[in-house]
Amino acid sequence: MEEIQVLEAVERYIRGEMSREEMTFFEELRKTNPEVDQLVVEQTMFYNQLGNFGEWKNFKTALHDVHNQLLERGDIKEEAPKAIVRELWRKYKRVMAVAATIAGVTTLLIATSVSLYTSKQSDAKIQQLSYDLRREVKNSKTEVLNTVDQKIKISKAPENTTPKIGGTGFLIDGKGYLITNAHVVNKATSIILLNSKGQEFRAKVIHINTESDLAIIKIEDEDYKSIGTLPYSIRKTGAELGEQLFTLGYPRNEIVYNEGYMSSKTGFKDDSMTCQIGVPANPGNSGGPVFNKNGEVIGIINTRLTGADGVVFAVTSKNIFSVLEDVKKEDTSTKHVKLPLISSLKNLERTQQIKKIEDCVFMVKSYY
Amino acid sequence: MVTTVKSITNEIALIEGLAQNDRQAIETIYKQHYGMVQSLIINNNGTSDDARDIFQEAMIVLYEKSKSGSFELTSQLKTYLYSVCRRLWLKRLQQQQKFIPELNNLEETIPVEDDLDQHDQRGGELQMMEKAMMSLGEPCKSLLEAYYLQKKNMTEIAGNFGYTNADNAKNQKYKCLMRLKKLFFTEYKNKR
Repeated sequence: MEEIQVLEAVERYIRGEMSREEMTFFEELRKTNPEVDQLVVEQTMFYNQLGNFGEWKNFKTALHDVHNQLLERGDIKEEAPKAIVRELWRKYKRVMAVAATIAGVTTLLIATSVSLYTSKQSDAKIQQLSYDLRREVKNSKTEVLNTVDQKIKISKAPENTTPKIGGTGFLIDGKGYLITNAHVVNKATSIILLNSKGQEFRAKVIHINTESDLAIIKIEDEDYKSIGTLPYSIRKTGAELGEQLFTLGYPRNEIVYNEGYMSSKTGFKDDSMTCQIGVPANPGNSGGPVFNKNGEVIGIINTRLTGADGVVFAVTSKNIFSVLEDVKKEDTSTKHVKLPLISSLKNLERTQQIKKIEDCVFMVKSYY
Repeated sequence: MVTTVKSITNEIALIEGLAQNDRQAIETIYKQHYGMVQSLIINNNGTSDDARDIFQEAMIVLYEKSKSGSFELTSQLKTYLYSVCRRLWLKRLQQQQKFIPELNNLEETIPVEDDLDQHDQRGGELQMMEKAMMSLGEPCKSLLEAYYLQKKNMTEIAGNFGYTNADNAKNQKYKCLMRLKKLFFTEYKNKR
């Protein structure tokens, strides 16, 4: 017996539409054939469900109709939601008064503490000029596709990682020692440097000094050949107000030149470790050198004032000396590091100066 | 005393009417008690739409009970409906995670939890059927609804749907029913 026939039979059976003979035959079949019997039970249950469903649906429709009809006749009325605001007000008048008082006192307290602590919290107002490279990943990838040699050299980056922070660094010793900002490399597990020709070098952190925001890193890559004597020098004393300055850095994948002047001998909040310069700088310029017209490094760009145009701060170059001294005390392998003290760039055209300097300025990419 | 007895017999008659899908009974109960339930809900964070939903669900609970034949009205119909609606509304508020007010008891209440549990279970099954119906597709859905819900006879259905004769329509109906059954039992097994 096919299922569809059972279905029909069960329906007629339940409805009592079977003749007496048919009924006897059907009941006999159920007794002798357990499969049919099982089907009948199943069908009956399903059939009942369907019946209930029908009734339920019909009843729902009826309720709906009745509701609308009674509404039309005006036998029932739809009430508008009760406005309970006034009632709540009466109920919670005192609570609200207390809450208001507390809010008032809290506001005053916060206002006072904010004004008390503002000087200490003001770092929030300056922005470190390293930048988040994750945003740049797509761009850098398209550039890689544009130039063939870059495509090959990108392989030095750790596999399956993207650089997290980008900044600038520059050589302080031709043997491969660089200065950059501490905030560029302090989280790095590996560092890749990129020079203006697009060559990549691996580097490691030698020393981090968060107080001055300076870090010394060393190139450790067999592809790197010592540059020998650096063209520029590092100045022990500060620059004069109004001195012409220029910078080189990597706010993007290409080296970028900018120029300006010495604005103030002190930095943010009269910090004597830094100075203020009037040179445009963007995220990525962090750790970049600031030169005077003679090609002497007078500072290292590290922050800028947010919300103000052209207010950039640089760590003064004399900090490089003190940081290096610290390093020499704890790491004897750096004994031979010598800071360049004589600039060979005096009286040269700016373009000539840049040509000589740009090989010593690197893009610093931190991975972690 | 006489009036009480009379009203009780009236209410029993109403419930019997309900069980037989008597529209007059539905109307009478609706007219008598809707206002009370609406006040309960409006006074407790609800709207008139909520009131309508809740009251109609309570009516379905009552309908199911009346159908089961075992229903003995141990209290006034008013108290029963009020208790059911109050319970349903509290549950709804909980589901919506709204602020639950202390429902001001305007009326006395009786325990109705068992009835509502049964109602929930039935509701679950009915929803399975509804879901199965919805996923059945046309013309099967309309065909089955016409026969099992609107109780039209096969000749009429054949005419409406454009079948050449009642036997063809009947055959098609059984095929649809088979599909519905499969859908329903899949749903049924998933839920349990």
